[in-house]
Amino acid sequence: MFGRDVTREIFEGISPQGELVFYVLSAIVSIVFIVGIGVRLRKYARGRSQDVIGSPLGFIRRVTRSSFDTALNRTVAKRDPYAGVFHAAVMWGFIVLFIGTAILTIESDIVRPLAPQFSFYWGTFYVIYSFVLDVLGLAMLVGIGALAIRRYRKPRQLDYGRVDIAPATTDRGGFRTGDWIFLGWLGLLGLSGFVLEGTRILAHDFPSFEIFSPVGWVVGAILGALGMHADAAEGIRYAMWWAHAGTALAFVAYFPFSKAIHTISDPVNLALRSPLAGRRLPVFDLAAVAPADGHVGIRDLADLTWKQLVDVDACTKCGRCHVACPAVASGAPLSPRDLILDIRQEADAAWGIAAPLGEHRSDRAYGTLPDPGGSRLAGGLISAETLWSCTMCLACVEACPVGIEHVPTIVGMRRSLVDQGEVSPSLQTAFASLAKQGNSFGQSGRARAKWTDGLATPIVDARKEDVDWLWFVGDFASFDVRVQESTRLVARLFQAAGMDFGILYEGERNAGNDVRRAGEEGLFEMLVEHNVGQLSKARFRRIVTTDPHTLNTLKFEYPDFGGEYEVWHYSQVLAALLASGDLVTRNRIDRKVTYHDPCYLARYSKVTAAPREVLAAIGANLVEMPRNGANTFCCGAGGGRIWQDDSGLIERPSEQRIREAVALPGISDFVTACPKDLTMYTAAVKATGHEQRLLVSDLAELVAAAIGMPLEEPPANEEVPLAELEATEVLPG
Amino acid sequence: MDYVVLLKQVPDLAEELEIDPDGTGLDREWMSFVASEWDEYALEEALHLRDASGGTVTCLALGVEAGAVDELLATCLARGADRVVKVGSYEQNPDSHTAAAAYASALGAVAHDLVLTGVQAIDDLDGQVGPLVATLLGHPHVSVVTHIAVAAGGSSVTVHQEYAGGVVGEFEVDLPAVLGVQTSREAPRYAPVSRVRQLMKTATIESLEAGPPAIGSGLTIESMSVPESGTTAEMITGNPGAIAERIAAILAERGITGGAR
Amino acid sequence: MSGEILVVVEHRDGAILDTTHELLGRASALATQGGGEAVAVLLGSGVAGLASSLSASRVLVVDDPGLESFSPSAYQAALVPIIKERAPALVMVANSGPGMDVAAGLSAALSLPLAAYAVDVSLDGGAPLVTCQLYAGKIQAKVRFDGGRGIVTVVAGSFAPASGASPAVEQVALGASDARIRFTGLLKPEAGDVDITRESVLVSVGRGIGEQDNLELVEALATALGGAVSSSRPIADAGWLPRTRQVGKSGLKVKPKVYIALGISGAPEHLEGMRGAELIIAVNSDARAPIFSVAHYGAVADLLDVVPALTAKLGS
Repeated sequence: MFGRDVTREIFEGISPQGELVFYVLSAIVSIVFIVGIGVRLRKYARGRSQDVIGSPLGFIRRVTRSSFDTALNRTVAKRDPYAGVFHAAVMWGFIVLFIGTAILTIESDIVRPLAPQFSFYWGTFYVIYSFVLDVLGLAMLVGIGALAIRRYRKPRQLDYGRVDIAPATTDRGGFRTGDWIFLGWLGLLGLSGFVLEGTRILAHDFPSFEIFSPVGWVVGAILGALGMHADAAEGIRYAMWWAHAGTALAFVAYFPFSKAIHTISDPVNLALRSPLAGRRLPVFDLAAVAPADGHVGIRDLADLTWKQLVDVDACTKCGRCHVACPAVASGAPLSPRDLILDIRQEADAAWGIAAPLGEHRSDRAYGTLPDPGGSRLAGGLISAETLWSCTMCLACVEACPVGIEHVPTIVGMRRSLVDQGEVSPSLQTAFASLAKQGNSFGQSGRARAKWTDGLATPIVDARKEDVDWLWFVGDFASFDVRVQESTRLVARLFQAAGMDFGILYEGERNAGNDVRRAGEEGLFEMLVEHNVGQLSKARFRRIVTTDPHTLNTLKFEYPDFGGEYEVWHYSQVLAALLASGDLVTRNRIDRKVTYHDPCYLARYSKVTAAPREVLAAIGANLVEMPRNGANTFCCGAGGGRIWQDDSGLIERPSEQRIREAVALPGISDFVTACPKDLTMYTAAVKATGHEQRLLVSDLAELVAAAIGMPLEEPPANEEVPLAELEATEVLPG
Repeated sequence: MDYVVLLKQVPDLAEELEIDPDGTGLDREWMSFVASEWDEYALEEALHLRDASGGTVTCLALGVEAGAVDELLATCLARGADRVVKVGSYEQNPDSHTAAAAYASALGAVAHDLVLTGVQAIDDLDGQVGPLVATLLGHPHVSVVTHIAVAAGGSSVTVHQEYAGGVVGEFEVDLPAVLGVQTSREAPRYAPVSRVRQLMKTATIESLEAGPPAIGSGLTIESMSVPESGTTAEMITGNPGAIAERIAAILAERGITGGAR
Repeated sequence: MSGEILVVVEHRDGAILDTTHELLGRASALATQGGGEAVAVLLGSGVAGLASSLSASRVLVVDDPGLESFSPSAYQAALVPIIKERAPALVMVANSGPGMDVAAGLSAALSLPLAAYAVDVSLDGGAPLVTCQLYAGKIQAKVRFDGGRGIVTVVAGSFAPASGASPAVEQVALGASDARIRFTGLLKPEAGDVDITRESVLVSVGRGIGEQDNLELVEALATALGGAVSSSRPIADAGWLPRTRQVGKSGLKVKPKVYIALGISGAPEHLEGMRGAELIIAVNSDARAPIFSVAHYGAVADLLDVVPALTAKLGS
């Protein structure tokens, strides 16, 4: 259909000297590119080792899935379809244009000189090639335009404001310049290409097959309509050829030192991300790590693993973590974005990575750096206040489109703070109580099962009798006065449903989830050893826990310490009991309620359906808050924050969350499924003066009401209506 | 400058204290032990002074079986003590006079310029260890110390003794001396559990004899009791709103009402 | 053994401290009961003028330039020969900073037993029977001295102060000094914005407040009541309130019309500073807190729940 004449000259109008200049420049920028990448690789090589592979099969599966995520821009589009669509347009435009250029190089520099008979850049191939490149080039330009508009409007996540240091000592101009240079450069590449194409088509007087370069055709037509003649067009074409080539070559040199590197580092980082990031923290291997001075955790730059160094390079400053973070929202001196960028800048400064046009050390004047690798991170560059501000809610990790794992890095630095003795008095008090009594309430470990006093039917001691379910109650459910009410209800619900369950009584200790996240690994190990020992003495089939924090550590972390269990959250058990008819709704909760997803349930354990199934089964009318499911907003208590002073915050995360809930019309109940949430939000409705407006309830409390269970336990000696209930309806055999 | 810190363990008040069947002692079945709060302040001060101007910190603790003295001493090492010594061997926490005699005997073998200990302990029924040790050794002593500064040359210290109402007396004390520490300039530094556990396996804990048997406290405990809490108080029950209402009513009875100025 | 009860006088800035009058109150009663004398020992330089205000049968004055100011070893050096010579049945010392120094030092120097943290002293079978507080006030122990004689350090506020008697004053010549301890001055805190000893309503907070920001709630309550906020030691130690607001042994002694103790467990050191209040209302989440043993009204609750509710009630 299309003959040999359907093509274009590759170096049209460029003299042999000109071509030579082009190739010499290409060689130079290639060397710069390779050196730039090499310097980065050398940086990663300085990192400590980290196994990112695990089981080879799982690794392949993860890489495959990540590749799809990357290809489809799924992580970019999550909760921001605008950015997702236009970023995909830019990304695929760029990739296709890059491939197009590579094809041209193959034709011009390999096929034609070596095997001209295989030349393919003509005819049908040419028109398809032209069409595809034109369309995707246009897509790229549209994408760049759309993203530039977004950036120009400065959404909150792109304003680069710091939360931890005074604005006067901050200058993020370098970041902004770097962003605009990158975006503008891409735009220039596309625009110069199209002007080049348009002038070429105009200069050649619109050969009919060039209609398959529609954008170039239109550009040519417009230029023609504006009065440009073929001769003038040829002159401009020649200039544009050099302009386009120059822009492209310079971009190659600029690439490894700029934001452009994210096009390589991010797919890699996404592929390497761990599905257990934050959920299963790395085990302390005292023998293996042991630096000369015996320090533990991430104290210095040199303590980062190579993966953590890739992590910080992957950041595109998109700010999604920044706006998702409860610390940022409450005015605490922590932004996950800035933490990552600070480490990046420090690492680049320490290890001599230049960024001539970009963001290198742009926002803070650091003191003179000590020897490379000696720079103090924990308590130095990243202040103790910053590190203690994290609630370990995992919102940053969940929001990050490029798979950065902030949380394990923060815990690593907290471990160093603990190792350095940088522990606030209130946290020390909690640690001391946890070490001595196994709970953070400063109460005797013997009092752990006091909440069972007054239950009509005593709970089985799982250390003495075999049970189906072992209920790991947790600290807050056991000791907090408000939560105890709902803990007793859970017990009675389990009893009403005829569940075969038991507890460890005073054999149970804090499961250690938050202790570990507060960086006290030794204390965590002590608690795990104790609990695993107690659990090994009990005979049970599976574990249920009321506490999502406990759920996480039992499920994901205990296996590293010899404790492999099947662990359920009580919301899942309640959903199953309601579905199976072991619990029957008698009084439908005919009210508008909203449900707060606990971070450790929704994000860590990815349980979001079960509590909603429960609410549906009991006839509650669920109205979702804007942030729900895995996008939930933290109450501010996690990661050991509950043991620390919240003074100085602008507004507690829990209070912001209550405002989010009361903004929903007609909501009567704020339901949650986490003991810490119950305490935090009970306090927050009071603090915000919404006590009358909003009732904070545990899921179990609504279920109890729905199945007709009296809130107050009748005295043990009286007739128990529930027993009746069990015998007649709830327990069919 | 050689600093010596005298430490002991006391029952953890998180456990409800119960009286033994004799009625003259505590029921020890559930008792757990923690370092005496004021001794920890003394250690913190010693570490601080040593870190600022050099020297050594040696910790002495009584070798009491019932407690966890090895853990206590490992914790001292984890915090930065240079040397730890277990003194004597006891089944239970001895009285202050016995403890003081043991410490005094041990201090005969341990070089010391400044001896620091907690101003008091929750169980020192027969007096505070600091002045007892000092008197046995013939050293000067000051209790309720809230500030310590070592003079240039290291032959004396300037200390503040706390009185009521925030008033303090300032003294210069020649060394060697014994101080009973009320509080440290900073909260005691944290000893990470992993370090303590590591040290319990690897560290050297020295032992010293307690010397000749001590005279004891010279006290006979006739009886012990748990004071009935709330015997004088009328307890208000109910939810916070009801409690607030009742308190408001009580205040109103006394003529104290909202807005009264 | 004489039936004498010896009281070591504590004075500062030219004034006898209240605790000394309290000791003399009980000493006189015990002496009457035991057929002995209450004898006060006044150590100092140029202090003879203070002797007449002491309600004892006899005041021994050791007036010596070496005793110009308190010094543990100088006091000890002066008291040892006096006690040796007079062999009193009981030596009473206040459980203050200087008192701890003196009493424990004397116990070691004289091999006399010492009962510390006494809240009550009686004569039983002719010998002292002492009730002591232990374990932060959670336990009380009744003890006797093995030889029938001994020393007690008494917690402030345990006894009613004595007044009125005109004692026989006796000068004792004794060279007592110890150059190893040199008093260099008395440092006083800067005057605070509020004098809590003059307030008729005090809202006092302790550790139970949890966080510094929560002080606002307490301030609001104090304002609603027309009173002031005071605190227990941990709050002052944390720097959340100035030292001048601290109630207790190392703080100030207060006697307001109403003392509302919020989140204060009630260590003996705190109780001795406020037990004289006319009405004490305590809110604490721990039902076992010793504060409930001195309070007139108590509630086991979270102060963060009760305080805003109470402030609202008072405002309405």
